[in-house]
Amino acid sequence: MEATMLPEVTAAGIIIKAIIVLAVIAGLAAFGTYVERKILAYMQRRLGPMHVGPHGLLQLAADGIKLFTKEDIIPQHANKVIFSIAPVIMAATAFIALGAVPVFPDFTIPFIDVYVPSIASDINVGILFVLGMMAAGLYAPLLAGMSQANKWGIIGAARTAVQFLSYEVVTGLSLLAPIMLVGSLSLVDFNNYHADQGVWMVVYQPVAFILFLIAGYAETNRTPFDLLEHEAEIVSGYVTEYSGLRWGLFFIGEYANMITIGILASVVFLGGYNDLWIFPGWFMIIVKIAFMFFLMLWVRASWPHIRPDQLMWLCWKVLMPLAMVNILITGFVMMII
Amino acid sequence: MGLEQFKNRNVGTQNYTKLDLPRSPVTGWCKFKQVVSRTLSGELFVGLGVTMRIMVQSLVGGQSHATLYPFEKLPISPRYRAIHEMLRLLESGHYRCIGCGLCEKICPADCITMDTAYDKNQRKEVTEYTINFGRCIFCGYCAEVCPELAIVHGNRIETASEQRASFSLFDDMLTPIDNLNLQQEYQGFGAVTPNADENIKKTPLAY
Repeated sequence: MEATMLPEVTAAGIIIKAIIVLAVIAGLAAFGTYVERKILAYMQRRLGPMHVGPHGLLQLAADGIKLFTKEDIIPQHANKVIFSIAPVIMAATAFIALGAVPVFPDFTIPFIDVYVPSIASDINVGILFVLGMMAAGLYAPLLAGMSQANKWGIIGAARTAVQFLSYEVVTGLSLLAPIMLVGSLSLVDFNNYHADQGVWMVVYQPVAFILFLIAGYAETNRTPFDLLEHEAEIVSGYVTEYSGLRWGLFFIGEYANMITIGILASVVFLGGYNDLWIFPGWFMIIVKIAFMFFLMLWVRASWPHIRPDQLMWLCWKVLMPLAMVNILITGFVMMII
Repeated sequence: MGLEQFKNRNVGTQNYTKLDLPRSPVTGWCKFKQVVSRTLSGELFVGLGVTMRIMVQSLVGGQSHATLYPFEKLPISPRYRAIHEMLRLLESGHYRCIGCGLCEKICPADCITMDTAYDKNQRKEVTEYTINFGRCIFCGYCAEVCPELAIVHGNRIETASEQRASFSLFDDMLTPIDNLNLQQEYQGFGAVTPNADENIKKTPLAY
């Protein structure tokens, strides 16, 4: 694809893209809570929310009103500044990370003739930026747990540090092999790589895909690795003392991160927003993101979670060597071919 | 099979069947092999399959353990001891209570208070009858002792109320005279649940 053929990217296009990302993804993140409750309920032979609206669809609004109007409590001995900032870090980093992922293909709005690019800002280190932002988001549980003068919070914060140190290596190393193949850090280049090759990256890099999924679940605190806020052990971990809107920010941030991981996995490994057969690209990326989201809920309904020491053991002694071997093999194969 | 071999306490003389358990891994390499075999054994995917099957069953087949509680309620066992009801005679519509006072005497929580008088036909009438539901332990002795089947346990299990008085007066517990044809007879303490047939399952005797 020639770069000169693309229409000029205007400020209006960027703003429209940002609105799409913020409004749609934030809405989806909130809607994801409803989807999660419904799917978990069906997997456990329950019905889930049923009373507010048809099949509980308006439960979302009821929860939102409840969260907004709840009393905002700051514990007496908490560090008030850090306690207040921590939820904002969570939500802000989640949405900043979303700013640099391509969601839908390029399109031009017909009548006003505004070109909307596939990505709000195609920075040339896109994948590093997204991963870095999501890693920075881990400061939120860390600071929240340490600032709230609560022992469960402290344990949750300690587990955050443990988890952070464990999975971050695997995330980087697992993505290194696809980066070597593509030869670029821009997520748009990843997408175009699929279009050029005709097959998905997961065919070339199945091990990296599985490693990235495992590390992604650790990154978003999803169930096999939800040590940070596991109720049975540490009440709610780092969110023990939070209430109302601040707790809601943590929640939104977590679900936005789940969608980010879904988009990353789709763009890097599963063919991105390229057309597939008769299906247009925007439809395919929605299907892929929805599948990745569903997979997280499916895993949560099916599998037990593991202990912190098991997570460290798994990441450092199993996944990291596997990722290293994968990189080495990829490198040798690239040298030979 | 007799009990002899279980009564034999001399350790070492019985015929034990040894379980064929694999030895637990000793070296790091053995542990790694165990992890790999367990990871690739597919048990995790069996778990995923179970949840997917259950989801399809509950979505398509409509199999669900949940009831939409305020709108649909499960039948209550006749043995359940809920808020009391005072029954009426079906022929005359007069309340069945003859004012004998046995329920007041047998009540271990001392929560039944009644007062009686002779009416103009020299027949005992109940002038006052209250049950203090703050004290009642729902033991069911009053219903058991009643010679006329006048006081029974009904099926009002939703006992949230603004004040106890809405339950405890005689007139509130008495069957409304308009609903006399709907009055449920007390089935006795041995009665089974109305949906008992549906709940019956095969006893797993296979083991």
